[in-house]
Amino acid sequence: MARLESAQASLAASAPTSVSSFPSAAVPVRHSLLVRVTHWITTLCFLALLVTGAEILISHPRFYWGETGNVQTQPLFKLPIPSSRALVPSGYGYVLPDQNGWSRYLHFQSAWIVVLTGLLYVLSFFFTGHLRKNLLPAKPERSFRAFATTCADHLRLKRPPAEEAWSYNLLQRLAYLFVIFVLFPLVIWTGLAMSPSFVSAFPFTVNVLGGQQSARTLHFFVSVALLLFFLVHVAMLFFAGFASRMRAMITGRPSAHMERP
Amino acid sequence: MSNLSRRKLIVTGLATAAGAGGLGSAALLAKKYGLVPPDHGGVFGLGETLTYASQRLLTSHSLAREFSPSQISRPPFANEMAPLPDAFKQLQAGRFADWRLSVDGLVDRPASFSLAQLKSYPSRSHITMIQCEEGWSYIAEWTGVPLHHVLDAVGVQPHAKYVVYFSFDSNWWDSMDMADAAHPQTFLAYGMNGGDLPVGNGGPLRMRLPRQLGYKNVKFITHLTVTDSLKRFGKGLGSASPEAGYSWYAGI
Repeated sequence: MARLESAQASLAASAPTSVSSFPSAAVPVRHSLLVRVTHWITTLCFLALLVTGAEILISHPRFYWGETGNVQTQPLFKLPIPSSRALVPSGYGYVLPDQNGWSRYLHFQSAWIVVLTGLLYVLSFFFTGHLRKNLLPAKPERSFRAFATTCADHLRLKRPPAEEAWSYNLLQRLAYLFVIFVLFPLVIWTGLAMSPSFVSAFPFTVNVLGGQQSARTLHFFVSVALLLFFLVHVAMLFFAGFASRMRAMITGRPSAHMERP
Repeated sequence: MSNLSRRKLIVTGLATAAGAGGLGSAALLAKKYGLVPPDHGGVFGLGETLTYASQRLLTSHSLAREFSPSQISRPPFANEMAPLPDAFKQLQAGRFADWRLSVDGLVDRPASFSLAQLKSYPSRSHITMIQCEEGWSYIAEWTGVPLHHVLDAVGVQPHAKYVVYFSFDSNWWDSMDMADAAHPQTFLAYGMNGGDLPVGNGGPLRMRLPRQLGYKNVKFITHLTVTDSLKRFGKGLGSASPEAGYSWYAGI
């Protein structure tokens, strides 16, 4: 599928005269179908995981380090929020409703879907060259100077030039690589390390983290990092141009009439 | 263009057919090898089935992590509990001398055991963690008779698939598959940290499966039924947990 799209794109790029006769096909594709589909499945799953994760969290908003932790032990830290369990000394005079049942069902179902989707996305690198072309920084950008320039541009809130509608800038590439190869693997690992059955077969996955409660605490921190990425990602979407970026991720093309610069 | 879209259509059609066929045969195989949990219906059936099936393929014989005596949580933690009925308090006043565990269903010799009889069987201990789905946990040394020993004593019939276990508190009942029932760490636990199992932790008799979450470790066990189908029990979802919205399989 993605191949066909890119074939269409190169066809269009090499034959600009076809613009008038086949406008929709002539505008080159910004995001392949595979990237678009996996992007939106991941978005839905991420939001489901975030909401259900928060629901599960409020039944015990205390975090510990090591193997065990409960209301009798000293927490590493606790969140200043009410709890959905009367047992937890939250400092609030009320108990929130228990939503753990469906939250857990949905959390694990979304985790399965996002992991399988992520696997498909990463496997597609071998066939589409997406990693090399779009994610790894291009040769001239692999320098500290390029990194400093792009950071400075971001800090000055400089609007991206028009050609950036067609490729990721350096900071964007580094952020995506970090999310794909660091945060996602970490959140899956720390999640599995909390499963009593999974760690019975693979005990090292929890032992190297320092224990089951450490895994839970790390899972929380990695989730917060993913949430920060999500918020900045959405903020940048508005900053760079909501309509064109959204259109590109839905239809594949930033604009019906835009030509590749 | 039309050539391209025809090719696309054919490829998409073939992929969909292959996908549907693959899913269909996977579902049949999963059913045949007991990889489908009783709460597989509904919108969350996909996730539950993937979890249970992959756990059964990967972890049927793996042992829960055991800890050193220095890692035992002190004092042991007892979760909040509904008030116990008078009938329970009477048994407690008699130091549970009249507590009975009955075993029936697909067994050759249905039987009823006193605690003293269960304690006369070879006892086993493990220092393991109990984890609540809420997020808290503690480690204790659990002592009891392995469930498979009791099942061997009554003679489980070969077509048995599940062991259903009932609490004195009739709101609580659950079930496990034969992989968990035969597992060496699955106990009918009557002791904790060297003494009798406190009532607050499920005494006098608690089902202890260290590879599943706390709620699967039902307290005050009085009755076991061996069965080949969970359809006749409650709403047919395998335990009281799915009826309250929680998953049947709690190994995650």
